[in-house]
Amino acid sequence: MDSIIFLSMLVLGGIAVVASAVLYMVSRKFAVKEDIKILEIDAVLPQANCGGCGFAGCHDFAKACSSASEEKFANLRCPVGGQPVMDKIAAIKGVVAIQKQPSAAVLRCNGTCQNAPQKVAYDGITSCRIAARISSGQTGCPTGCLRLGDCVKNCQFGALSIDPVTQIPVVDYNKCTSCGACVRTCPRGLFEIRNKGPQGQMVYVACRNTQKGALARKNCKAACIACLKCTKINPEVKVENNLSYIPDTVPAEQFGQQLKETCPTGAINYYSGGENTNV
Amino acid sequence: MLKISTAPHFQTTKDTSSIMLDVIIALAPAAIMSIIFFGIQALVVILSAVAFCVGLEYLFNKYVFKKENTITDFSAIITGLLLAYNLPSTMPIWMIFVGSFMAIVVGKLCYGGLGKNIFNPALVGRVFLFISFPVQMTTWPLPGFLNSFSADIQTGATTLGVIKHLDIQTSATTSVSELPSYWQMFIGNIGGCIGEVSALALLLGLAWLLRRRIITWHIPFYYIATVFVITGVLWLSTHSIRFDPLTHLLSGGLMLGAIFMATDYATSPMTKKGQIVYAICCGLLTVIIRLCSAYPEGVSFAILIMNAFVPLIDKYIQPRYYGERR
Amino acid sequence: MSKLKTFCQGGIHPNKHKITTDTPIVFAGLPEVVTIPVKQHIGSPAKILVKPGDKVKVGTLLADADGIVSSDVHSSVSGEVIKVEAIEGEFGYLEDMITIKVEGDEFESSIDTSTDINREIPFSAEEIVAKIREAGIVGMGGAGYPTPIKTSIPEDKKVDTLIINGIECEPFLTADDRLMVEKAEQIIIGAKIINKALGIQNAIIAVDENKPQAIDILNKITKTYVGVNVEVCATKYPQGGEKQLITAITGREVPSGRLPADAGCLVQNVGTVFAIYEAIMKNKPLYERIVTVSGDTCPHPANFLVRIGTPASFLIEKVGGITPETTQIIFGGPMMGTSAFNINAPITKLTSGILMLSDQLAAKRPETDCIRCGKCVEVCPIGLQPHLIGRLMQNHQIEALKDCHVLDCIECGCCSYICPAHIPLLDYCKLSKMELKKKK
Repeated sequence: MDSIIFLSMLVLGGIAVVASAVLYMVSRKFAVKEDIKILEIDAVLPQANCGGCGFAGCHDFAKACSSASEEKFANLRCPVGGQPVMDKIAAIKGVVAIQKQPSAAVLRCNGTCQNAPQKVAYDGITSCRIAARISSGQTGCPTGCLRLGDCVKNCQFGALSIDPVTQIPVVDYNKCTSCGACVRTCPRGLFEIRNKGPQGQMVYVACRNTQKGALARKNCKAACIACLKCTKINPEVKVENNLSYIPDTVPAEQFGQQLKETCPTGAINYYSGGENTNV
Repeated sequence: MLKISTAPHFQTTKDTSSIMLDVIIALAPAAIMSIIFFGIQALVVILSAVAFCVGLEYLFNKYVFKKENTITDFSAIITGLLLAYNLPSTMPIWMIFVGSFMAIVVGKLCYGGLGKNIFNPALVGRVFLFISFPVQMTTWPLPGFLNSFSADIQTGATTLGVIKHLDIQTSATTSVSELPSYWQMFIGNIGGCIGEVSALALLLGLAWLLRRRIITWHIPFYYIATVFVITGVLWLSTHSIRFDPLTHLLSGGLMLGAIFMATDYATSPMTKKGQIVYAICCGLLTVIIRLCSAYPEGVSFAILIMNAFVPLIDKYIQPRYYGERR
Repeated sequence: MSKLKTFCQGGIHPNKHKITTDTPIVFAGLPEVVTIPVKQHIGSPAKILVKPGDKVKVGTLLADADGIVSSDVHSSVSGEVIKVEAIEGEFGYLEDMITIKVEGDEFESSIDTSTDINREIPFSAEEIVAKIREAGIVGMGGAGYPTPIKTSIPEDKKVDTLIINGIECEPFLTADDRLMVEKAEQIIIGAKIINKALGIQNAIIAVDENKPQAIDILNKITKTYVGVNVEVCATKYPQGGEKQLITAITGREVPSGRLPADAGCLVQNVGTVFAIYEAIMKNKPLYERIVTVSGDTCPHPANFLVRIGTPASFLIEKVGGITPETTQIIFGGPMMGTSAFNINAPITKLTSGILMLSDQLAAKRPETDCIRCGKCVEVCPIGLQPHLIGRLMQNHQIEALKDCHVLDCIECGCCSYICPAHIPLLDYCKLSKMELKKKK
């Protein structure tokens, strides 16, 4: 009996020794040498692996950060960690981090159920991209929101949801990390990353319809009709192709309320910061 | 208001539940035959297995997995029927409950429901019972009307059990009085599980499935043919009754397995080529288990083992795409 | 009876619904205004040559082909151009269109309007291709690829078989069927014209067996034409697809991502062949086509000869208007056609049918879980695995999709048709194609 126990201990022990030796050799031979900085940077990243920075994951981003020159580094940004994380990475790299204004994605469409009534019923797969291929959408507006929520599906941070009343997506500005997934996803290109004002204020034209006023208004009451009233509030506001655009340089905290009130169709949205109110 | 939708604007009227209904219809002859041979007890086993399976699926979906009710697709009924068909008619009701639980809850719902299960649920239930309660699972009542009414049920071995223990040297000329005739085996007047005994009823079911285009002939044909060819070759070379191909074909669970269980959509390969490989491997394993292992019957194990290989088969055996260089 | 030819891989047999097989083609009449899109083909839109106020006749050139992959657009009516601007098209998107107010019905003097059949082909190959180009002919089966490009075969390729596609495998549509019955000889002469342009001697007219009338007439007439044969094929969808038809007739396969010419074949739809006959022999540009107006809720289904640019609603009124049960109007066939967003959209060179369908036929059924039945694999004529593509697309595994050959998908819709779980597999295939094209 004893000999069996002894023998099995010997055999198993032998296997353990041999296997560990092999493992050690293999791990030495195939070890991947990596810059210690990459690991350090990786450690401060949020590890959300959201791809919001434009890289395949946090580790990829860390690699890019460590190898980037100072000018290139200024363009890299982790949308999830924001400024604090970028400061830490800059410290690891030994450079000065560039301050960036907080930003968020906005939906440039006000085509709610009330503003843009349904003209046809859509019966098919819940996918904006497919719906955009077979028609101009339930509302008939060729540049409006299709209401099928591709953006909601692609948002990693739960910042987007379809409003049950208006049927169009709303952005939770507190959750939005401006990673840009929605910008890339929307087949109509309705999302835009905009800088926030000091208290998080934002003002933007919530319409992308370039049709002539009368035609655009046929499909949606809240369409921009290029009446030029907004350009009188601030000369930086431009109207091109029958569509007004408020550039980021117009301070929202100063002109926002005025711009919103002056728009006769309600195509300009103003978000005054603080509580997330859908405007 | 007009509707807009994506092409194609036509869809077949066949849906999951209509397919399942067709399978249930195909399974009906076997149920009738079993009641003829094993009496009212067979009906009790079938009904209780179906009731347990449907009930468990409904309850677990509602209270445990918090999913939509899926019993309307009728797949639980098929699982119940197949489980019952794989049990002897003397099975105690509580064991049927245990088997149904293993089949529906462990074998199907835990994987995510219909279509996502790796193993055939009915076989999971059967094999669990077979391993846990070997005595009850191998007590085969002999067929006959009166059996169900007498208190003392006659039992005996299955045909496969008999030939398993025959001496290898027994020559073909020796008449084995214990063995039923081929005709008895064909119509199902032999000992065995409820649903497997009648090859006739199962073939009727196969005809219905093929006619309704529920399954194609590939899996049943290649499965049965493999078993037939291997045992046939052995029989020709040894002339031992142990290898008699017709006995192997008509007795045991081969027909039931090849027609109804190996062809289960969720647990068989998607492509024709894959199905052929799968069926031939099933046949090989069945013969190996029947001839070389301690068990007289190997269909359920063979199918379960091959179920595990289906993802692999699907990965490596893909259909030939149009325009591919030959 | 020997076995009829067909393609071997995949395919389905949807209900035929060919209710207008015996309805003769009638002229639909002239609407008050026509709107003619300048892009009715694959490629770049044609350059507009007219301006509001211009007087035009039937056959007047309205827009000139812009580049090689483009096509001329001619007026289909006589009258006055009233608008040249973007108008809401079939899908609700704005498309550049020329709106013409109809006044009388005056033809360009070069057009031969007699009904005689001209049998002699007095032109050379180059002249034929040039005339086809001038007539603005595009593939009328639905793809809309400009025909002159198809008929001028590159030097390095050799075409030995011309296949005239008279399959029309889409349910409901009978436009090609009626055309073959009523204009059989013209189609055969058209085939000889293309033969001459290609410099080959033989043509095969492929017709499926559910068109006995067309087969009889074609068989009778082809006896007097050497080199033109009728091949009766088994009925199966999507046999009218170019690749499937080539395989059915010749047994060859078009290599992935290549053209039919790589398999030595040229496939032309019968509608296109008829248009070619008229362009060469009658100097008639492509300004009209046959349209089947049908559907299960259509009061009086009919086959119409329609001027390009006629609003679909004009034809719908002709057959009795939209009935209350109609929930969808389809442009084209029910398998590959598109739902109309705007029923005032014009008939184009590619519109083979207008269908009014009820919910009973056309409503999408609720989607359930995949049961892995493998039917989508069985019916796919390309040998794809739609269930796998669908699952990968749902999980957004684009890398894995690359090995699925999804770019070879012909979008026939067999997978979505057959799926017992009613999963929109075709839509997932289309999405995958978009994703993969985006990556490139």
